[in-house]
Amino acid sequence: MTELNAAAEARAEEPPLIAMHGITKVFGSLVANDHIDLAIRAGEIHALLGENGAGKSTLVKILYGLLEPTEGEIRWRGEPVRLSGPQAARALGIGMVFQHFSLFENLTVAENIAAAMPPEMSLAEVAAKAREVSGQYGLPVDLDRPVWTLSAGERQRIEIIRCLLQDPQLIVLDEPTSVLTPQEAERLFVTLERLAASGCAILYISHRLEEVRRLCSSATILRAGRVVATIDPRAVSAREIAGLMVGTALHDVVALRGAAEGAPRLVVRGLSLPPEEAHGQTLREIHLTVRGGEVLGIAGVAGNGQGELFAALSGERLAGAPEAVEIDGRPVGHLGVTERRRLGAAFVPEERLGHGAVPDHRLAENTLLSRHGTGGLVSRGFVLADATRALAQRIIETFDVRKEGTDPRARTLSGGNLQKFVVGREILREPGVLVVNQPTWGVDAGAAALIRQALVNLARQGSAVLVISQDLDELFEMADRIAVIHAGELSTPKPTGDLTREAVGLLMTGAAASKGTVHAH
Amino acid sequence: MTIVEAILLTVVTASTPLLIAALGELVTERSGVLNLGVEGMMAMGAACGFAGAILFDSTLAGVLCGILAGVATSALFAFIVLGLAANQVASGLALTILGLGLSGLIGAPFIGARRDPVAHLNIPGLTDLPLVGRLFFGQDAFVYASLLLCLGVGWFLFRTRKGLLLRAVGENQASAHSLGLPVLRVRLLAILFGGACAGLAGAYLSLVYTRFWSPGMTSGRGWIAVALVVFAAWRPGWAFFGAYLFGAATVLQLHAQAAAIGIPAQALSALPYVATIVALVVLSLGRRRDTGAPGSLGMPFVPDR
Repeated sequence: MTELNAAAEARAEEPPLIAMHGITKVFGSLVANDHIDLAIRAGEIHALLGENGAGKSTLVKILYGLLEPTEGEIRWRGEPVRLSGPQAARALGIGMVFQHFSLFENLTVAENIAAAMPPEMSLAEVAAKAREVSGQYGLPVDLDRPVWTLSAGERQRIEIIRCLLQDPQLIVLDEPTSVLTPQEAERLFVTLERLAASGCAILYISHRLEEVRRLCSSATILRAGRVVATIDPRAVSAREIAGLMVGTALHDVVALRGAAEGAPRLVVRGLSLPPEEAHGQTLREIHLTVRGGEVLGIAGVAGNGQGELFAALSGERLAGAPEAVEIDGRPVGHLGVTERRRLGAAFVPEERLGHGAVPDHRLAENTLLSRHGTGGLVSRGFVLADATRALAQRIIETFDVRKEGTDPRARTLSGGNLQKFVVGREILREPGVLVVNQPTWGVDAGAAALIRQALVNLARQGSAVLVISQDLDELFEMADRIAVIHAGELSTPKPTGDLTREAVGLLMTGAAASKGTVHAH
Repeated sequence: MTIVEAILLTVVTASTPLLIAALGELVTERSGVLNLGVEGMMAMGAACGFAGAILFDSTLAGVLCGILAGVATSALFAFIVLGLAANQVASGLALTILGLGLSGLIGAPFIGARRDPVAHLNIPGLTDLPLVGRLFFGQDAFVYASLLLCLGVGWFLFRTRKGLLLRAVGENQASAHSLGLPVLRVRLLAILFGGACAGLAGAYLSLVYTRFWSPGMTSGRGWIAVALVVFAAWRPGWAFFGAYLFGAATVLQLHAQAAAIGIPAQALSALPYVATIVALVVLSLGRRRDTGAPGSLGMPFVPDR
């Protein structure tokens, strides 16, 4: 014990492993990083917190040599260094696990790992080392499989192994748990703690404050490109941290559970669909009913049929029998998206850029995407430009969409603001049925709270709201009942109050699937 | 020499330029760049190759001139699509038009000139074997070079670290960049390789296939090479089969015309091109999205700094 203390003291006297001083990065008129100071010691798990657009990604890219700072100094073990590119960063001992995985879908796991290794190493050597590291840290992977066949958790393991193969002294993880089940996340934490105990420093970026409080011993909080606080997250409540991130106190979503027992508005009966794409998921015998006034949540790990279910509900894919999907008692399985919208349904897809909005179109033009067929914006084949602009303005004001210029192109908005716009466009139609896939994916806490509240409010006005989400916290916060989709099968929805996170997590991994079907009979 | 043997020999001659050009385009596309200028680069290779061979009175010098012409044309394309990050489809089409026009200008003084046939392999005993002797042991150097090239490209792409680097860059340029792989440098080399192959294929046309030069003599072979890459699902082995399939279609329509089988000559000459379209349609129906296409194919790459 004393030895450990002595080691810790010795570490504290050393200069930090990495110290960033006065880092500033300017893009045109935007100051993404404004004199940021950040120091991380060996063996420390340090959190980097902030809303979307606070400057975390920019700072991390600078740290990994992908961007050059406009101003400022980086010291590695006290020595000033220049990070001219990822190779330079890796040579120092900085490793990176990317949020959106920097993997190559059509290459095998071994090839993916080799792509980041020095060119002298043969593929066989890389594979041998990968096996060694995979065994040492308990990260099982099949090296010969192509990446597109793997789950998100497995993909992340490849990223981590690839990172560990370079003997890093500092590992940067960007939102590592956003795609994992609670069980997978728990395994990740064990790996990270083991790494930190061996002297590796970890910079941990996350939105999930409970995780940060469990894992990290210090945290730097960014807001609008500046450091607003450096704290010990274990000593402060999640609520206070969130307040620091947003700048104002956060409001809880007011759920008012069990408010009304309305009539069934969205009914799905025995929906089975083969996948449309080569790597898709088959939907098997899905039954569900969403009543007016309630929010039904569907949890699940990405790639278990959420996209296919959304497509079948929205009419992007026809559902076979007309009776397979009913909106307000009318069979609509054979109707397309526009016909379903005319019956009062609205849909918010998962991808906001490219599916929910056209990136290079202006916001006013984007209002037409889902509302061209439901009146008010088009007359005799001509677009009513004034009406689209007025509608865009109404969405922008109602949902607090922040933007530059009067009517910017969709791609120039930050993720959270564009999501507010896309969700707002559908909610302002006051739909009887709303289906939304991943409503707050990659959206900052402030925008997420606003979107959730808007969805709950819509339900309380008598609409049926179906939320498909990978974020369990979100579902527990807003859903009246929760079902889990796994391998294309949907579990029986249960009232949120009767469920625990662990129970839902087990269903998400499929571990309790057989048990679930027994209950359903 | 029997008629079957004669037909088989001409099939090899017709297929070789297709194979060489398709392999070059395959490597270019594997790096994520779609170069639709193969037809133009081939035309430049044919004109410059023929001009070089006449001026230096050497087939080898002609071949080198053809390759250099292809490389130079592709370097212009590389500057536009990599340096200026311009649209690859439009730039490639422009390159084809430029190459066809410029080759006419370069080749004009050489219209009417002829070259002697190039030397063929001759191994006493083997080459004299009936039916297969000439076919396997009596070809010119280009044919053997094209087969080695096919094996070499396959070995490079799937067995070497450099080949992995090239495939990674073509598969996902953003990931490759974030790992610090030199996306633009890899693509530049791949484009130049594609240009060299197209130039060589063009030189083969004017120096071996016809042994004279005439404007527009590539007559769509560059386009067939581009289509072959898709047909081959970006695999060198399949490119070999495809090239010989279409080479055979080209030759057989000539023989069908000679035999006067009662189908209009125009319909028969269209056969290879119809076959290309049919093959592409059948392939895209069968395999849907999982065709093995490089993920970043045709996307301009601009690193943020």
